[in-house]
Amino acid sequence: MNGSPYILRERNSVTVVMLKVLAALVPGVIAHAWLFGPGILVSLLLCGAFAIGFEAFVLLMRGIPLKPFLSDGSALVTAALLALALPTLAPWWLYLIGMFFAVVIAKQLYGGLGQNLFNPAMVAYAALIVSFPVYMTQWASPQDLANHTPSLLEAFDLVFSGGGSISPDAYTSATVLDTWKTQARLGKAVADIRGLPIFGWAGGRGSEIVALMYLGGGLLLLWNRVITWHIPAAFLAGISVTAGVLHGIEPTRHADALFHLLSGAALLGAFFIATDPVTAASTPRGKLIYAALAGFLTVIIRTFGGYPDGVAFAILLTNVAVPFIDAYTQPRVFGHQHGGKT
Amino acid sequence: MLSQDARDIIYNGLWKQNPGIVQILGMCPTLAISNNVVNALSLGLATAFVMAMSNGAVALVRNLIPHPVRIPVFILIIAVLVTVVDLAMDAWAHPLFLVLGIFIPLIVTNCIVLARVEAFASKRSTTHSILDGAMMGLGLTGVLVTLGAVREIIGKGTLLSGIDLALGPMAKDWVIPIIPHYPGLLIAILPPGAFIGLGTLIALRNVLLERQATAAHPRVPATP
Repeated sequence: MNGSPYILRERNSVTVVMLKVLAALVPGVIAHAWLFGPGILVSLLLCGAFAIGFEAFVLLMRGIPLKPFLSDGSALVTAALLALALPTLAPWWLYLIGMFFAVVIAKQLYGGLGQNLFNPAMVAYAALIVSFPVYMTQWASPQDLANHTPSLLEAFDLVFSGGGSISPDAYTSATVLDTWKTQARLGKAVADIRGLPIFGWAGGRGSEIVALMYLGGGLLLLWNRVITWHIPAAFLAGISVTAGVLHGIEPTRHADALFHLLSGAALLGAFFIATDPVTAASTPRGKLIYAALAGFLTVIIRTFGGYPDGVAFAILLTNVAVPFIDAYTQPRVFGHQHGGKT
Repeated sequence: MLSQDARDIIYNGLWKQNPGIVQILGMCPTLAISNNVVNALSLGLATAFVMAMSNGAVALVRNLIPHPVRIPVFILIIAVLVTVVDLAMDAWAHPLFLVLGIFIPLIVTNCIVLARVEAFASKRSTTHSILDGAMMGLGLTGVLVTLGAVREIIGKGTLLSGIDLALGPMAKDWVIPIIPHYPGLLIAILPPGAFIGLGTLIALRNVLLERQATAAHPRVPATP
C-alpha cells in the first residue's frame, strides 16, 4: 500500500504549500471581519500564538530541532482552520484548550506532521463542542443585525475578561443551522423559518458571503494545484445529493441542498479541511469515495444528530476509514494487471 | 514476615503485572466507570472482593474439577460471587447500585477475573490464590481511582462527588471542591476522556520504567 505522496520539489515544499493554503484563506477572513466585526482577527491571533507555543513545547520535550518543524507552517494552518471553525469572541481559554487538543493530542502524540490519523483542527472542534456546548453555539451576529458589534479593542476585552457588563445576547446569536434545527423541531413552517432575520438569500446572513469567499480561495488552491478536484467535488456532491433527497422526501422539515452547501463549515470543509493531505485518502478513486462519504455523513449528522454542524464529526469518521479505502483503491501499476499480476 | 512468594505476588498485582495499565485487561469497567472517584473506588473494591473470593474458591476445589470443563465451572463460581455482591449492594448501598447499574453483574465477564482464576488459582495454593486475587483487584482499583480522580478534577473540578450515594446522606458535605467556579471540561467525563486518560497513565508508567532502566544501565554513546 502506498502512503501519501511525498513533497520533494524545492519550489513546492511543505512551507510553500502551507503558505498557499493560508493565502487562500485571506478572502474569507476579510469577508468575515467585514461582515461580523474584527473579532475573527483576535481568535486567529490567539490560535496562531497558542499553536506555535504548544508545537515548540512538544518539540522541545521530544528533543527534536525546532526550526525546520516550526517553520513548516503546518501548525499555523491548523490554527487558522480551527479559528475559522470556532465562534469568535469566545473566552481565551476556549482557544487554548482547542489548540492543545489540535497540536498536542491530535498531531504530536501521534508522531507529528504526516503521522496523524485524524485532522487536528477537527479533533479540537469535536472536543470543544462536546465539552462546551454553550460557548460553541454563541456566534457573533452579523453587523447589520447586532445591537452592537465589538470593535477590535472591545473584542480583546471580551475574549480576555469576559466583557463584564455587556450581555452576550447583545452581540451573539445561534447559527442558521442551529436555528433551523430548533425551529423545525418545534414544527414551524419552512417559510416562517426562512423569514427570520438571521437567514440570508440562501444560507445564513453574512455567513453565506464568507462561505462563497472560501469557495473562491479554494478555487485558487485548485488552480495552483495545491489540491485536486476530487475531494471538494465529491464532498459537495455528497452534501447536495443527500440534502436533495431528504428535501425531496419531506420539504417541510428538511432544508434544500443550497442551504446545506452555504451554511456551516461545508465550503470551508470541502476545500480546506477534507483536503488535508495527511488525513485524507490519497488515491484518486479513494478520494472520491472518502469525500462523498464525508458529505453524506455531514448532512445526516446535521439532520438527525444532536449537534448543529456535522462537518467535523463526518470528517473524523471518514478519517478512520481512510486506510481501508486506500487499501482497496490502489491504482493499477503500469505494466501490471489488476490484482498485482504481471 | 512475608515469604518471597507472597512479596512477589503483591508486587506483581500492584505494579509489575498491573491489570489496568500493564495487562490491559478488564477495560470495559475501567473505561466506563472511572468518571469519578466514588464510582471507581466502589466498582474497584467490588471487583477486588470477587477476585479474591473466586481465586480462593477455585484453588480449594482445583483438584476436583475435570480439566475439559474447567472454564464453565470457573464462570459458575464467579457468577455466584458476583450475585452475592450485586444483591449486597442493592440492599445496603442502593443509590450506588443504581449508578453502577449493569457494571456490577458485568464483573462476571471481566476477563481479568477469569484470567487470574485460570492462570493462577487453578495451579497454586489457596492462601496464595486469595492474596493474588486481592492484589490484582487492588492494582486494578488503584488504576481506576487514579483515572477517576484525574477525570473528575479535570471534568468537574471536584473530588469525591456522589459520595453520599455510597455512605448515605451524612456524607453530603464531604465533596472536595478542588477548583472553585470551574466551568467543567465535559470531555474528560465522557468516554474520550477515559481513553486519553488511560493512554496517558500507560505512557507515564513507560516513561518511569525507561528512566529507571537508563539510571541502572546508562546508555553507552555509540563510538563513531
